[in-house]
Amino acid sequence: MDRLELRNVQKSFGQTQILKGIDLTIEPGQMICLIGASGSGKSTLLRCMNLLEPIDDGAILLDGADISEPDLDPQPIRQRIGMVFQSYNLFPHMTAKENAMLAPRRTKGLSRANLDAPVSELFHRFGLGDRMDHYPDQLSGGQQQRVAIIRALAMKPEIMLFDEITSALDPELVGEVLDVLRALREEGMTMVLATHEMGFARELADKVCFLDQGRICEEGSAAEVLDAPQQERTKAFLSRVL
Amino acid sequence: MPSMTRRQAYEARQRRRATLIAAGSTAAVLIALIVLIPLTPGWEAVKHSFFNARVFEKTFPGLLNAFVMDVAIFAWCAPLIAILGLLLAVARDIRNPALYPLKLFSIVYTDVFRGLPVILVIYLIGFGIPGLGLPRPWNSPYIWGSLSLILVYAAYVAEILRSGIESIHTSQRAAALSLGLSSSDTMRFVILPQAIRRVVPANMNMFIALQKDVALLSFIGPVEIFRQAGVYKSLMANFTPYVGAALIFLAITVPATRFADHLMNKQAKARS
Ligand SMILES: Nc1ncnc2c1ncn2[C@@H]1O[C@H](COP(=O)(O)OP(=O)(O)OP(=O)(O)O)[C@@H](O)[C@H]1O
Ligand SMILES: [Mg+2]
Repeated sequence: MDRLELRNVQKSFGQTQILKGIDLTIEPGQMICLIGASGSGKSTLLRCMNLLEPIDDGAILLDGADISEPDLDPQPIRQRIGMVFQSYNLFPHMTAKENAMLAPRRTKGLSRANLDAPVSELFHRFGLGDRMDHYPDQLSGGQQQRVAIIRALAMKPEIMLFDEITSALDPELVGEVLDVLRALREEGMTMVLATHEMGFARELADKVCFLDQGRICEEGSAAEVLDAPQQERTKAFLSRVL
Repeated sequence: MPSMTRRQAYEARQRRRATLIAAGSTAAVLIALIVLIPLTPGWEAVKHSFFNARVFEKTFPGLLNAFVMDVAIFAWCAPLIAILGLLLAVARDIRNPALYPLKLFSIVYTDVFRGLPVILVIYLIGFGIPGLGLPRPWNSPYIWGSLSLILVYAAYVAEILRSGIESIHTSQRAAALSLGLSSSDTMRFVILPQAIRRVVPANMNMFIALQKDVALLSFIGPVEIFRQAGVYKSLMANFTPYVGAALIFLAITVPATRFADHLMNKQAKARS
């Protein structure tokens, strides 16, 4: 397992600088929660970590190697860092199982026969053993999001990034997705979560980072940041969302 | 059978009323046409030269036979159009700067061939290339005529496919890339399958148009239905064979058009 380090990461869209220098270290097995107002750059930061967005300045180190080199092939890096999106983004023309098998088949040269057992195992573990052959539009939002997590896990990533994965769900479906995260936490998966679920952050996060105006304004244990914030802006944000 | 609710009964009454009115007004228009047209001074002459039952009977089987050639030309052009159209559409989406010439070629190609009348392309290629004095069978108008249709229609199909590719939300691409798939695998397994499905109805309309435009090849030689109708017209000094040819085209194109519309409606419903 490898640590992921962000050093002074900067990112602009056009004239607006969204990330103004982010420093963050994610140790193996840690779970880190990013909180912050809408538009504060949580999604952008996660997309940069997955190399979906190139960063303008600074560096991202995976196991000490700079993965933010502009001319580096992002493909092998992305295979090691999984990402799950708010809007699931399942491939609608494939069954749940095909969704999960596509990337390992194409990138690791594994056959469907090779993948059947481990992928089925993932579906069973997360309570979807009887939904593997369903198409995404035949699944509830919570089920789709769990399939999206399984799809990312099928690549056996070292680190998982979650971008507000429960925000699009009906309240009664949030629990089943959070249970998946709890299970991953127990297995020692390294995770970074952008979330509005403060209760969940308090329960599981090793570290909570409050993002504001392109910087990590405050960070620390959940107890420190959520219960005894030092910064005025953190206090203001928390009083709005809690 | 469960009895109808008041609402259903009301709607059933309304539907019956609407059907009755529609049938009545259609009948009125038809009767007027049937009564009025024969009153025109030229009707007898037109009837004799366009709607001549005797000529129709004599020429219809021959026309049907000739139409087999139209279908054959269509059948070998259609798959080649699909393949070339797909290649052009994919080339259009290239992001790799080293392959930019391919992208540029695709852009210029679609602009040129969508900008030209089909008949002009058929003349230029159909007369021009055999004019190079190629040996048989390479001087066949069937080959060069078909090529003209393929070149033109591939440009349209490529445009339709491209619109399909662009209609797939970027989040699908992001999801595929985030899994570590290469850009070409992302295109091949994630974007294209969705894009192609989405533009099936539009492409069906394109292929219906192709079936009709096969008749244009008659201008450079191939004896297909339009040409055959012309032969009969000269032989019998009567235009009825053209009406027969029109009926044969309609028998194919109307159901196909209905079917494409049906698919389009189904898709629109599925997406709303
Ligand atoms: N591709 C893009 N082009 C231009 N601006 C962008 C792009 N992506 C994000 N932005 C802008 O960057 C800012 C940060 O967006 P981001 O999605 O990272 O915020 P967020 O913290 O995830 O917000 P939310 O809680 O609403 O998801 C926003 O102002 C957004 O408009
Ligand atoms: Mg976001």
